[in-house]
Amino acid sequence: MNPVLKLLIEGGHLTTAQMAQVAGIPEAEVNRHLEQLKKDRIFLGWRPVLDLSRESAAAVRAVIEVKMTPERGGGFNRLAERLSRFDEVESCYLMSGSYDLLIFVSGPSLQKVAGFVSEKLSTLEGVLSTSTHFMLRSYKEGSFLIEAAAPEAERLKVSP
Amino acid sequence: MKRFIARHVGTLPKSGIRDFFEIVSKMKDVISLGIGEPDFDTPWHIREAAIYALEKGKTHYTSNLGLVELRRAISAYVEAHYTVSYRPDDEIIVTVGVSEAIDLALRALLNPGDKVLYHQPCYVSYNPSVALAHGVAIPVPTRADDGFALNVEDIEKAWQPGCKVLMVNLPCNPTGGTCDRARLEKIARFAVEKDLIVLSDEIYSELVYDNPHTSITVFPGMKERTIFLHGFSKAFAMTGFRIGYACGPAELVDAMMKIHQYSMLCAPILAQEAAIEALTRGEDSVKSMREQYHRRRDLVVRRLSEGGLPCRAPGGAFYVFPSVAATGLSDRDFAYGLLKAQSVAVVPGTAFGENGRGFVRASFATGYDQLVEACDRIERFVNATTPCSAPSSS
Repeated sequence: MNPVLKLLIEGGHLTTAQMAQVAGIPEAEVNRHLEQLKKDRIFLGWRPVLDLSRESAAAVRAVIEVKMTPERGGGFNRLAERLSRFDEVESCYLMSGSYDLLIFVSGPSLQKVAGFVSEKLSTLEGVLSTSTHFMLRSYKEGSFLIEAAAPEAERLKVSP
Repeated sequence: MKRFIARHVGTLPKSGIRDFFEIVSKMKDVISLGIGEPDFDTPWHIREAAIYALEKGKTHYTSNLGLVELRRAISAYVEAHYTVSYRPDDEIIVTVGVSEAIDLALRALLNPGDKVLYHQPCYVSYNPSVALAHGVAIPVPTRADDGFALNVEDIEKAWQPGCKVLMVNLPCNPTGGTCDRARLEKIARFAVEKDLIVLSDEIYSELVYDNPHTSITVFPGMKERTIFLHGFSKAFAMTGFRIGYACGPAELVDAMMKIHQYSMLCAPILAQEAAIEALTRGEDSVKSMREQYHRRRDLVVRRLSEGGLPCRAPGGAFYVFPSVAATGLSDRDFAYGLLKAQSVAVVPGTAFGENGRGFVRASFATGYDQLVEACDRIERFVNATTPCSAPSSS
C-alpha cells in the first residue's frame, strides 16, 4: 500500500514533513503521493471533526430516508448526484433495504432543513417519499467520543 | 469596408486591455488577477432551480418586463435591503445583465449631444455606452488619497450646461471605492439642484466590508429621478446567466421597456427562474461568499502594502487598486513586466480611463493559495524593479 495512504488511515495529524520522516522518504515524494491520491479520488480532502453542539451557532442535523423510482440507464445515480450537490447535504448513500437513499443534511435552523425537504427534495420527479429524522444528540462523531474527557497521561513518565 | 461603418461606432476606441489579454491567454501557468467575476460557481441550489425549470418545460417567452414572480421578488428584496419600494407592475424591468439596463437607460434618456457625468476610473463600458447612445461623456475624477470616494466638489467642477445624467457606480469597479452617507447626500442634493437623472449601478452593493451600503435613491427627491440598476452577477456569482434589472419611475421604465421589447424581447426565462431562487433563498450563499472575499481582501491589502505597493483597503467589490508609482514604472509597463517576469496578470489602470494612470487593478476573486502565490510573485517583481533609495548621509 502507498505509504502515505497508510499514514492517512492511521489518522494521526502529521504535516507532510513529519510524514516524510515517519515513512522515510523525501517530502517531495510525500507531496507526489498526496497529489496522486487526490487524482485517483481516494483522498478527497481534509476536514476537522467538530462537535458544534457546544457552539452557539449550532447546526440542525437530520437524516432523510428517500424512496425513489430508478431510471433506465442510470438507476439512482443521476438524482443521487443532483441531490448530493446541495450545500445542505453532508453525505448521501444508496442503501439496501426498505428505502433507497439515506441523506445526512444540516442547516442553520429547523425551518431551513424542512424547506430543503419540502421545496427541493420532495418536488423532484422520481422521488416517491421521504422520511425525515432530526438528530437530537450526538455521542460519537467521526470516531471521536463526544463526552470523553481529554485523555490524561496515565502512563508513567518512566517505566522499567 | 470602413466607409460602411457608422461614424460613432467607427470612432469608438477599442478596449485598452484587449492586446494585453491576448498575450495572457497564450501563456501557461499565469495567475490571473485580471478577471472581473467571482471565482465561485453559482450556488448549486440556484443552478438546480434552472434545471428544474427546464425539466418543467419553462422554455417560452416571458412578459417583456420579466416574470411577475421575479419582479415581486425583486421588489421585496430591494425594499428589504435598500429601503426603497418599487411597484412590480410598472416600476421594475428585468434585463439581460446590468449592461443591458445601462444601455436601455442611456438610449431612453439621451438626445444627441446630451451630456453624461460619470466618475473615473470606472467600468470599461460606461464611456462607450454613452457614445453609442449619441451622448457626450464627461469624466469626474476620483482619487486614491480618499479611497476613490466620489466628492460633490469634483462633480460641481466637471458639471457644465447640457448635463442631463449622472452615472454612479458604488462600490466601484475598478477601485472598490465606496461613499459614506454624508457625501452621498450632498451628491443627491446637487442632482436635485441641477435637475439630473441619476443612473445608480449598485451591482457590487452586497459586497461591502466596512460600512453598510447606502443607496442614493433613499435621499429626498431622489427616487423620482434615479434609475436603480442591479443584477445577480456579482453577489450571487451568476455572471453567465446574464440577468439584471432596473427600477425607477414608471414613465422611464416604460421608455426603457420599448427599446427592450424591440431588441431583446425578454431576458432568458431560465435565468429569470434561477434569479427567483437566488432572491428568495440565496441569502446564506451571499453571506458565505462575502465573508471569504473579506478575508481575501485583508490578506491582499496587507501583503501588497508590505511588498512595496501602497494599497488602501477597498470598501467594497473584489478589487484592489494600488499605485505602482514607487516602482518607477507606468501602469502599462508594470502590468507587462509583471506578466513577463512573474506570470501574474493585473490590469493597467489606464484601461479604466485616464484617471487610472499609475495604478493597476488586481482582483481578489481567486482562491487563497493562488492569492498567496501571486502576492509572493508581485513582491519579488517589485523588489527587483524598485530603484534603490539613495544611501543616507550619516
